[in-house]
Amino acid sequence: MKFIAVIRQVPDNEAKLRIEGGRVNYEGATLILDQMDEWGVEEVIRLKEQYGGEAVIVALGPERFEEAIRTALAMGADRGVHLVTEASLDPITQAQALADTLRDEAPTLVFTGGQQSDWDSQALGPAIAEALGWPVVTWTTSLELEGQGAYAKAKHDLDEGAEVVRVALPAVFTTQQGLNEPRYPTLPGIMKAKKKEIRKVPIAFEGKVETLEQTIQERRRLNKVIDGTKDPVAAADELVRLLHEEAKVI
Amino acid sequence: MILVVLEHDGQRLRKGALEAITRARQLNAIAGSVAGVLIGENLAAVAEEAKRYVQALYLAEVGPYTAEGWAAAAYAAQQKAGAQVVVATGSRQGRSWTPRLAYRMGAALLEDTLETGTDGAKVIATRYSFLNRVTEKQSAALPVVFTVKPNTTPLAEPLGSEGTVETLSVELPAVGVEVMERVVEQKKGVSLAEATIVVTGGRGLGSPQAFAQVEELADLLGGAVGATRAVVDAGWRPYGEQVGQTGKTVQPNVYIALAVSGAVQHQAGMNKSKYIAAVNKDPEAPIFKVADYGVVGDVHQVLPALIEAAKKLKD
Repeated sequence: MKFIAVIRQVPDNEAKLRIEGGRVNYEGATLILDQMDEWGVEEVIRLKEQYGGEAVIVALGPERFEEAIRTALAMGADRGVHLVTEASLDPITQAQALADTLRDEAPTLVFTGGQQSDWDSQALGPAIAEALGWPVVTWTTSLELEGQGAYAKAKHDLDEGAEVVRVALPAVFTTQQGLNEPRYPTLPGIMKAKKKEIRKVPIAFEGKVETLEQTIQERRRLNKVIDGTKDPVAAADELVRLLHEEAKVI
Repeated sequence: MILVVLEHDGQRLRKGALEAITRARQLNAIAGSVAGVLIGENLAAVAEEAKRYVQALYLAEVGPYTAEGWAAAAYAAQQKAGAQVVVATGSRQGRSWTPRLAYRMGAALLEDTLETGTDGAKVIATRYSFLNRVTEKQSAALPVVFTVKPNTTPLAEPLGSEGTVETLSVELPAVGVEVMERVVEQKKGVSLAEATIVVTGGRGLGSPQAFAQVEELADLLGGAVGATRAVVDAGWRPYGEQVGQTGKTVQPNVYIALAVSGAVQHQAGMNKSKYIAAVNKDPEAPIFKVADYGVVGDVHQVLPALIEAAKKLKD
């Protein structure tokens, strides 16, 4: 069996973002394997350990994405495929660009992050599924294979609640917290990852969405602080008064 | 034509559907009149309401929700209407099936938009990115599919006349997804994503029992209860109440954070709230940096007092 995780490299959540010329400037930012993609990487490694076969990492992005692929290989994935482009492509176009590679690899299933922390997009998984004509299970919190990999039983989140589905494979799954606890790369893992194969495939696609401008609009906060350590009742009264009379929101 | 996929609960249109209709009407300069489609089962009741808002209403009886079924139904309606723009609600489910639709139409997808407009023949949208920290402006040529972030748009009013109603026959794809079990969380009161007041409890409340008071305060204010990831992971509250990167994103008029420290991942779900109030015993908690009103104190003392004050306000 073959299990694929599609990953991306994004700025660290905790890092301060800088804007220059109407764009987020990545220079000097700490770039990491997207934390929601990490769950996908962990899951394909676990599936490979349990059922045998191969765990493959696929990424579409600029050269620097190789670092994120190496991180996934250091966690224990077997090899990588890197579709290289410096163009910033929207998720629908990315799915189109990924389709041939994913179809040729003929995996048992594909994982990707539930939401990428740079785009705040949830579209990549469903769009890949559409490109391949496969079902998609979004926000997956648990997964097990049935019938020698013919089916998967998966639990996933809905807007209000959750459901368990039985889905014919191959299929696309997107990750959600609770799926697993990703392992840390070990030193031997990091050493081994350096020798693992990353196949580079240059691609040329044109995106459908143009980003005109990025800005950071932080709402100015009032930062009024009330001391509630001595007289909690008076502090609570004051808070309710402010919300009612000043903010007029309750 | 511009097509709106109307979210509903089986009885009524959801607030998100009325926001989506408003957005669709704003685009009639480039996309023409507004058609709607209802997808699901037993649509007759909600159709009575829906036809008052659109020029043409399509009904697609496809059974319980699957992303594939919804995408197929929306595609059938889009083809029938000849729509160049499709608008849907940016709920989690809406954001699961709209990429499939966009891909099938060869359309651009603009996700979770705050505002939409036109520039010549293009659709312009603003949306958040980078965990809600960056606002970006995007542009795309037709055809376009876009989703509307909840609580961003005035609700549409009914039209003077009723639209035509037509039942669609939808060819459902044999996608091989079989729903074995569905656990729907029974929500009382308003839904979290649509609430104008959200009262969220964090791990600092100390126990699941303490949430009874969070619920009481939310009820008194007519708001919804939220929870942090730590609280959900501990099994104190259902996942549907989680606010943050891996939960829901809310933008209420006021967000009241009780014993919530305010990690970046939590802020991603609430930092665009109009007002933020926080109660925390740690004056250094990150939540105070984004709060308009902060009470430094023990939540077990302040929360009961807030409930009493809210009761007085109501009287």
